[in-house]
Amino acid sequence: MSKIIYPDSHIPAELSEEVIREDSMRPTMKWGRSTQLWLGFLFMVFGWGLYAYIHQLRHGLGETAMRNYVSWGLYISTFVFFIGISHSGTLVSAILRITKQDWRMPITRIAELMTFVSLCFGGLMPIIDLGRADRIANLVIFGRVQSPLMWDVMSIVTYFTGSTIFLWLPMIPDMGLMRDRLTVVDTPFKKFKKWLYKTLAIGWTGSKSQWKRLELVMTIMTIIIIPVAVSVHTVVSYIFAMTLRPGWNSTIFGPYFVAGALYSGSAVVILAMVIFRKLYHLEKYITYRHFDLMGRVVLSLTLIYGYLNLNEYWIPAYKMATSEGHLLHDLFSGSYSTAFWLCQFGTVLFPIVVMCFPKGRTPGALTVVCIFIAIGAWVKRYLIVVPTLLHPFLPIQDVPLTWSQYFPNWVEWSVTMAAFSGMVIIVTLYAKFFPMMSMWEVVHGAHIEESKRVAFEKVEHAEEINEAKTNHKKATVVG
Amino acid sequence: MIDQNEQNGNGSGAESKATGRRNFLKFGALAAGLTVVGGGLQKVLSQDKKENPDTTVFTRDGKVFKADKACLHEYTAPPVTNAEARIGIPGKKFTMVFDLAKCDGCKKCTESCQAMHFTESDREWIKVYKMKDAETTASYYMPKPCMHCDNPPCTKVCPVGATFKREDGIVLIDDDRCIGCRSCMAACPYSARFFNWSDPMQPVAVANIPYSPEHGFPRQRGTTEKCDFCPHMIREGKMPACVSGCPMQAIYFGDQNEDAVTNSAGVTVKFSQLLEDNSAYRLLEELGTEPRVYYLPPKNRKYPKPDMESIGKENKIEGGKSDTGMGNMAM
Ligand code: SF4
Ligand code: SF4
Repeated sequence: MSKIIYPDSHIPAELSEEVIREDSMRPTMKWGRSTQLWLGFLFMVFGWGLYAYIHQLRHGLGETAMRNYVSWGLYISTFVFFIGISHSGTLVSAILRITKQDWRMPITRIAELMTFVSLCFGGLMPIIDLGRADRIANLVIFGRVQSPLMWDVMSIVTYFTGSTIFLWLPMIPDMGLMRDRLTVVDTPFKKFKKWLYKTLAIGWTGSKSQWKRLELVMTIMTIIIIPVAVSVHTVVSYIFAMTLRPGWNSTIFGPYFVAGALYSGSAVVILAMVIFRKLYHLEKYITYRHFDLMGRVVLSLTLIYGYLNLNEYWIPAYKMATSEGHLLHDLFSGSYSTAFWLCQFGTVLFPIVVMCFPKGRTPGALTVVCIFIAIGAWVKRYLIVVPTLLHPFLPIQDVPLTWSQYFPNWVEWSVTMAAFSGMVIIVTLYAKFFPMMSMWEVVHGAHIEESKRVAFEKVEHAEEINEAKTNHKKATVVG
Repeated sequence: MIDQNEQNGNGSGAESKATGRRNFLKFGALAAGLTVVGGGLQKVLSQDKKENPDTTVFTRDGKVFKADKACLHEYTAPPVTNAEARIGIPGKKFTMVFDLAKCDGCKKCTESCQAMHFTESDREWIKVYKMKDAETTASYYMPKPCMHCDNPPCTKVCPVGATFKREDGIVLIDDDRCIGCRSCMAACPYSARFFNWSDPMQPVAVANIPYSPEHGFPRQRGTTEKCDFCPHMIREGKMPACVSGCPMQAIYFGDQNEDAVTNSAGVTVKFSQLLEDNSAYRLLEELGTEPRVYYLPPKNRKYPKPDMESIGKENKIEGGKSDTGMGNMAM
């Protein structure tokens, strides 16, 4: 006799709308000491990075460790990493939406926010890297569509606009609610919040026609944002792949980067889930079930990414063409080998093995795995950018020592850390003004859950009858 | 603003007779002329009844007027504007040939180039490599400028068109437009490009003259630079600095359309014949960049072969000194 499995609840159906709303909005009601301290710390890091950037602006990029061979370094690697993270929102919100994965409800906001902030700073990194940031207008005045960098500019601007809208759209009903609620509750920054919610709610009343329109616009955005997201990381890879350099001259760079982006992006979403679940006591909403499912998502993405890694390295390694061979030697057994193998084993193979087990998809294990993945993805970007530049076609001969090796210096680290802290600042501030869960969607999810349960009970009943009829027939229902 | 007196070679200061050397390019006389600089001009125009209006000045748009000699000063202006520099010299297809059998690795080409363009010692727009293709093959010296590729990867990727291919085959950079993204450096397979990470060191006098993509100075921080085939010299009917600086006469330069190339001894040979007779080749031909620079194989060398062991040991360039932003040095 087989056991009938009731589909795991992801949103507790018994939670009332009131409770869901209260739980979501509670953190925005206070402005505690710890928040202030945390923000103070972040602003310190940010300020220091700003100082470093001003230093760099005043004295030129010569203040970084970049030189004529390694002409792109930490900034560009971090740029690729950030743009990668930004794929999380699209994955969780758009792809899971289009595939009708209702369990996504409590984590969509977090994912969309990650997309937004990582694009804010991802888009800034290449500008920080410019030798003449003062001439940025030339991109408009003299812009050439034939340049991969121009594709980046166009697609990142599109994606940024799109994902800002995508973050905001599901916020509208929540903003309407919070706007109305402000009249009865007391909260810090009330005046500002009043204005803020009112503006963002753009006259939301919750009428039927408004809901209909919102639903329609969100469907359209969902469909638009997926190809845009794919195009973004594809063209980011093209700034490398469109060159002839060994290591970059690869036809799978587009999908390779997109897979790497989804892999790192979803890992970062899990980390954000862990943090907000703890901080905001969302255990009831972000359940083990969510971690299990997200773990499966990351697992499959890691498998795809690992597979592409195999193609990216094993094929040229088998052939060992001259210039490619020099680079691969350096990666496999040379100065970058430790980082390279740590990336392959520590952040691809190890996560795969861990996540294969149900225990490996619990919050604790996933935290460890996802930290590995996030750091690994970052280091991997660095390993894509830097070693290739150190292996040009013609030998590096008789040049200053600073040209033939590269490690980011204090300016680059400070600016990069400022970008990270800037991201966290925006996330922190956001979480202090807006609910970290899309309230109406969670409520909606709870309703779906409830109706599912009812439907399931019917099915269960039917199954029992069926079972009785056929006696030993296998009947398993999986959610 | 009137900044230059003539463009068409009918000015007074014509001095383009190639100094004793074959004037292989047969350009009209293009010359450094006289010019009036801002304030001085105002003065001239406001004082109509000058006691000594003894010099005729041409403006760029062809107007002529008399000016006081005292208000004028000698001025070697860039012969062309940035816009004109994008077009190139009509009817030409410049090309360079390196006879590796003659090159003895003395690096005089590099030095001449650095003097011509006021670059630091680490900026080897033309760099002499010590090459040894395989364990068993011979070592040789190989000077490498920008290849001025006919299918240039660098210009393709430039987001603002700051680097471009001209009609005459030359690939130039307009540093007034470059945003310093370094896409072109990533794209160039020949490591031909350099970046001004900090304020470049150049003589103050040079730093103050108007910029032209044709000579590449005054060099600007945050922009790229590379070998430019010295178009400002070509316009004067002279050879690029490296060609005339080569004591071994190993570098030929000329116009492919004329099918003639000339070396530093003034020997002009048939370009196609030279390539034919010596089985010329181009560097990294397999990449499809279509270089305009050719190499003649290092056969029957007349100099000692390079010592490959010495690579890196005779590093005379001090560790990145020029990158530390020491600003302009006095001339
Ligand atoms: S050698 Fe490099 S810089 Fe020169 S044209 Fe070719 S790709 Fe461009
Ligand atoms: S560094 Fe300058 S010349 Fe090179 S691609 Fe960028 S804008 Fe163009």
